Amino acid sequence: MKLKFLFVLSIAILVLALAHRAGASLGGDLSSVRDDQMKLQGTVRMTSNNAYNVHEIRASNGIVVREYVSLSGNVFGVAWQGHSHPDLRQVLGANYDQFAKAVQAQRAQRHGHGPLLIEQPGLVVQMGGHMRALAGKAYLPQNLPAGVGAEVIR
Amino acid sequence: MKAITFRVSFALCLALALLSTFGCGSAATGPGQFQVTTTPAPNVQSVTVNSGPSSVLGPGSGYVDGAFTSVTVCAPGSTTNCQTIDGILVDTGSSGLRILSSALTIALPQQTDSSSNPIAECAAFADGITWGPVQTADVKIAGEQASSLPIQVIGSPNFPTIPADCASQGAPEDDLASLGANGLLGMGPSIQDCGADCATAGSLSLGAYFSCPSSGCVDTTEGLAQQVQNPVAAFTADNNGVILELPAVSGEEGSVTGTLIFGIGTETNNGLGSATVFGTDSLGNFTTIFQSTQYPSFLDSGSNAIYFLDATTTGIPVCTDISFLYCPVSAQKINVTNDGTNGANGPVTFTVANADLLLSNPASAAINGLAGPNSLGGFDFGLPFFFGRNVYTAFDGKGTSGGTGPYLAY
Repeated sequence: MKLKFLFVLSIAILVLALAHRAGASLGGDLSSVRDDQMKLQGTVRMTSNNAYNVHEIRASNGIVVREYVSLSGNVFGVAWQGHSHPDLRQVLGANYDQFAKAVQAQRAQRHGHGPLLIEQPGLVVQMGGHMRALAGKAYLPQNLPAGVGAEVIR
Repeated sequence: MKAITFRVSFALCLALALLSTFGCGSAATGPGQFQVTTTPAPNVQSVTVNSGPSSVLGPGSGYVDGAFTSVTVCAPGSTTNCQTIDGILVDTGSSGLRILSSALTIALPQQTDSSSNPIAECAAFADGITWGPVQTADVKIAGEQASSLPIQVIGSPNFPTIPADCASQGAPEDDLASLGANGLLGMGPSIQDCGADCATAGSLSLGAYFSCPSSGCVDTTEGLAQQVQNPVAAFTADNNGVILELPAVSGEEGSVTGTLIFGIGTETNNGLGSATVFGTDSLGNFTTIFQSTQYPSFLDSGSNAIYFLDATTTGIPVCTDISFLYCPVSAQKINVTNDGTNGANGPVTFTVANADLLLSNPASAAINGLAGPNSLGGFDFGLPFFFGRNVYTAFDGKGTSGGTGPYLAY
C-alpha cells in the first residue's frame, strides 16, 4: 500500500439485499463500509493513495456514495450525491444527536431555505443541491489523516 | 370564457381609446357609462416578495427573500369545493405543488395503489424533508388549470408517523415555522419530482414514495403520471415553461411585487425577447466560472440567498454569529460567467453585502446582497439573482420558441 501512484480496482458485485441507502458510520471501521457494499446493489470502485482509501459505490438507483477510510481502517468522511440523502443516522452514528440539535439551532437563525452547513466541534456536515440533484458530505475533522484536507471529501 | 372576456374587454378598450382619452390600464367610466375593467391575461399571476405567512409567528419568524403567490385547489371536477391558499413559496428548484395540511381546509381524494393502500411521499430537499400523503386536485393559477394533479399534503395528522427511511434523510419541514410558507409551488425544469428512478420496479428504492397500509408505510415504486409533478407543465395551455419577473431591489425593502408568466412563446406576453438561452442538463444544472475555475450551478428561487463556494475560495468571511451567510466588511461585487450546456455564456455580477447589517432591520424582507457559502462547491443562485431579471425556466422535453427544454434564459 505504499504505492505513490493511484490505482483503481473495479469490482462488480451482485447482491440481493433489499435495503437501499448507504452510510458507513463516521468513526467506524471497515466492517461498516462492507455492510454498505452489501446493501447497495451496484458497482464498487476503490481508489487508494498513500494516505487513505476511497470506496465509491454506484447504486442502481443513481446514488453515488464515497466513503473515505484511513489506512488504519477508520472511516473519517462520507460524501454522496443523487436523488436523496443517505441514512444520516447511520452515517453520523454517535454524532447524530449533536447534528440534529445543530440543525434545529440553525433553523431558528434562518429566514428561509438554502444549503445546510453544520460546523460543530468535532463534526462537519454539509448538505446542498436541489430536488433530484442533492449532495452532501460529513466528516470528523479530528480524524483526518495527517496531511489530508477536508476538501478531498467530495 | 376567459378568452371571450378578454376579447370583449379588448374591443371595449379599443372603442374607448378611439372615443376618448381614457386609457385602458385601469377601470374607467367612459362616455355612455360603460364600466371597463381590463382583464389580466390568463397566464399572468402576481407574486410578492415579503415576509410571508410565517411572520405571524412572532418577531424574527418571517421569511427573507422568498417570493410568494396564491393557488386555488379544487376537488377534481368541482367548481364549488375549492380553496384559494396564499403564502405559497415560488420555487424553481423543485417540482410539484405541496401544501401544508394546516393550511388546507377542503378534503381532497387520496391517491391509492393497486391494493387500495394510500400513497404518501417523502420529498428530500437540501435542508430537510417534507412528508405526507399524495392527494389529487384541480389546480388553478391565474386563468390556467391542471386537472386531477397529484400534489403532496405536508404534515397530515392522518399520516403522523414518518417512516425511518424518510426521517433519516433530514429534519421534517412540516409546519409553518419550519417550512416558512403555506406550501411550495415547484416549477423547476423537471416534470416529476422523482422521475424514472422511482418508477422502475427492481431498482433500489429511494425512500421517496411509500405505500401505507394500516400496518405501516413501506417503500414502493410510483409511476411517472402518479408522481407529484410540476403543475405548470400539466396546464392545458402555456405549459412549456414559466417566467419569474421581479423588479430590481437596491438595498432592502419590506415588500416588492412581481409576476409569474406561464408559457414561453405561447402568447404575445411571453416571448423570449432579448433573453439568452442557457442549456442545462436534464435537472437544470449548468456551469459557472469564477476566477477561471468551473463550478456546477443552478438557479433556485426557493433558496433565499446566493449560496456559493466558501470563505477560503472567495476570500469573504462568514458572519461570526451565522456561519451560513457571508459578512464582508463592506459590500463586494462578484463577477462570474454563466456557461450553458449549449455553449451560450454571459457575465453575471452580483453583490455580497454584510448579512448581519442586512438582517438588522426586521421590517426588510426583500434584500439584495444576501449571500452565503455553499461549501459543497458551486453556485446556488437563490432569489437575489432574480431581482431585476425576467428568468425563464423551460421544462424538460417541452418545445418552446427557444428550443426544447430544459433550459434557463434571462
